[in-house]
Amino acid sequence: MTDRPLQGSVRPKPQKVVAEAAAATEPQPGPARPAVRRVGDTVYGGLTFAASLSIFAIILWIAWKLTEQSLPTIRAYGFRFVTGTEWDEVKGVFGVWPFIFGTLYSSFIALVLAVPISLGAAIFLSELAPRWIRTPVTFLIELLAAIPSVIYGLWGIFILLPFLREKVMQPILNSPLPNLPGVSGMFQGYGVGPSMLAAGVILAIMIIPFITAVSRDILRAIPRAQREASYGMGATQWETIQRVVVPYAKSGIIGAVILGLGRAFGETMAVTMVIGNQTPSNPFALFEPGYTMSSALANKFTEASPGLHTAALIEVGLVLFVVAILVNIVARVLVFYTAKDIQGGR
Amino acid sequence: MNSRTIKAAAVAAIGFGALTGASAARAQIITGAGASFPAPLYQRWAQAYKQATGQQINYQSIGSSGGVKNITARAVDFGASDGPMTASEMQNAPGVLHIPMVAGAVVLAYNVRGVPEHIKLTGPVIADIYLGAITRWNDPRITALNPGVNFPAANIVPAFRSDGSGTTNIFTNYLSQVSPAFRERVGVGKAVKFPKGIGGKGNESVAALVRQTPGAIGYVELAYAENNKLSYADVQNRKGNFIRPTIAATTTAAEAARLPSDFRLIITNTPAAQGYPIVGYTWILVRRDTKPGVKKFLQWALDEGQKMAAPSGYAPLPANVQKRALAVVNSLQ
Repeated sequence: MTDRPLQGSVRPKPQKVVAEAAAATEPQPGPARPAVRRVGDTVYGGLTFAASLSIFAIILWIAWKLTEQSLPTIRAYGFRFVTGTEWDEVKGVFGVWPFIFGTLYSSFIALVLAVPISLGAAIFLSELAPRWIRTPVTFLIELLAAIPSVIYGLWGIFILLPFLREKVMQPILNSPLPNLPGVSGMFQGYGVGPSMLAAGVILAIMIIPFITAVSRDILRAIPRAQREASYGMGATQWETIQRVVVPYAKSGIIGAVILGLGRAFGETMAVTMVIGNQTPSNPFALFEPGYTMSSALANKFTEASPGLHTAALIEVGLVLFVVAILVNIVARVLVFYTAKDIQGGR
Repeated sequence: MNSRTIKAAAVAAIGFGALTGASAARAQIITGAGASFPAPLYQRWAQAYKQATGQQINYQSIGSSGGVKNITARAVDFGASDGPMTASEMQNAPGVLHIPMVAGAVVLAYNVRGVPEHIKLTGPVIADIYLGAITRWNDPRITALNPGVNFPAANIVPAFRSDGSGTTNIFTNYLSQVSPAFRERVGVGKAVKFPKGIGGKGNESVAALVRQTPGAIGYVELAYAENNKLSYADVQNRKGNFIRPTIAATTTAAEAARLPSDFRLIITNTPAAQGYPIVGYTWILVRRDTKPGVKKFLQWALDEGQKMAAPSGYAPLPANVQKRALAVVNSLQ
């Protein structure tokens, strides 16, 4: 998404560069000069083309390697590998559905928590905050994005888990909430700390800086004229934000959210440290331990015995790869349609 | 953003490939890789050995299976494992020898408010806690073993290793011997499916979970329980005595085991009257035609190195095993 607003400013540049280059070479007489330049252009074009192609090649290579190495389990289990609910190394049973669900569920919890906070922060920073707040807060948010995930994990074990246990889980478990029909499944379990909820919360904290920083940049990129037109029509600041600024940036903000989702999907270390690493009896239970695909890989790969066990884990990687691509395609389509909505307004 | 998402997925998916391929060693450095259980000791050995001889040893703590894979692929000079190699693994790596290095105890650490250190537990009770058959600390089967201790009605939260580990192998091997139900439902392995509880990656993570979670009980290597100042239980052995896990009780258990000539034996559930029952050897795996430098290092580790074991929380080899292990090392080319 970020490429769309940028395109306008980037496109004129190559022309300018070419013009400058031409101006620089013009005084130089002789036919050799343009010929050299043409070779340079070809080489430069070829190099950049190869660079872009290499990204494509790497993705295909990853997909091919993962598929090749997981062939033993693909042959042995077929689609039951994805739908199976039991993973037991001793019995040699490998089903990844709980891991797939855990990845989707923990990422969903993270988005539910992170999106309102990130959007609020982005709107405040771009539209409302005075400079003396904006600069340090923006800096802090960017700092948050740079913290290694194992640090989040340690913080999760020593600060977040006890906090969730004392201030969230135990009070809720002692309240009438778990007995309400409909939500009863979500609020059951140990409630001792390591849990799906903890994973969702830590992921939310980790993706907030991403979504905030990108959304803020997108909001800042909206032309002044849009806001001024709105104020000119007598709109208040709130009306301008709500009806002009946010709708204008909608596709970009969705893109920012997808960026956060991508990070939540792949996050391994911090999740492994707080999720409890156990297939839950009720997959929706927030207070029970859970499992994600990446935490399963982190846990099981180093000690995997060769053969079916290793192939099964590589297939978990393949499934994660495919799920991540599918979610991205859906997101792209979503962005495409929301972007079309406002194209007329541009 | 698309490529970033894919990159994240790709890193998660295949980044692990890098873990299995250890880099080729430079001629003068000796490389080893494998079990994490004895890694703290091996790293101390490497340091002391370098000071004594100038020879550098690089030990990577990548897990027992990684150690087996790497020595099979000749990617390292020695591997290390907490469990003996299986028959099929031995077929893929003919000529790999098991050298016992030290023994270690797996202890049950717990965190229950108002309960003193060193409560008494039996193997079947531990098995039923991990199976979910005993769910509260004031269960009559626990209180009967500990007269005078006032247990709260709190939930028991079993903590286990979520990653594959030799510690789990020793622990499940023991429980499967003392509880038919555990053998039936869970079985023995480096990675098993526990029916309930919370999982942590690595000894340090399980220790942290126990420390952080009221009502938790978890199995960790003795040194980790001591370093984290966790209470741990006395466990009843086959002779009916409740044994506190100590270095001495570990050595006693190790002495009682009759190791076969290739040293491949799991020694849990000792017959010794004063031996702690949840104990295992950890082995270094070498090829018969290994470098002379490796032979020298192993000779040192089995002699001088043994003195460093106890301060690090591991039991030195019993004298007879040490003698036999040295004989095998001396016979290396």
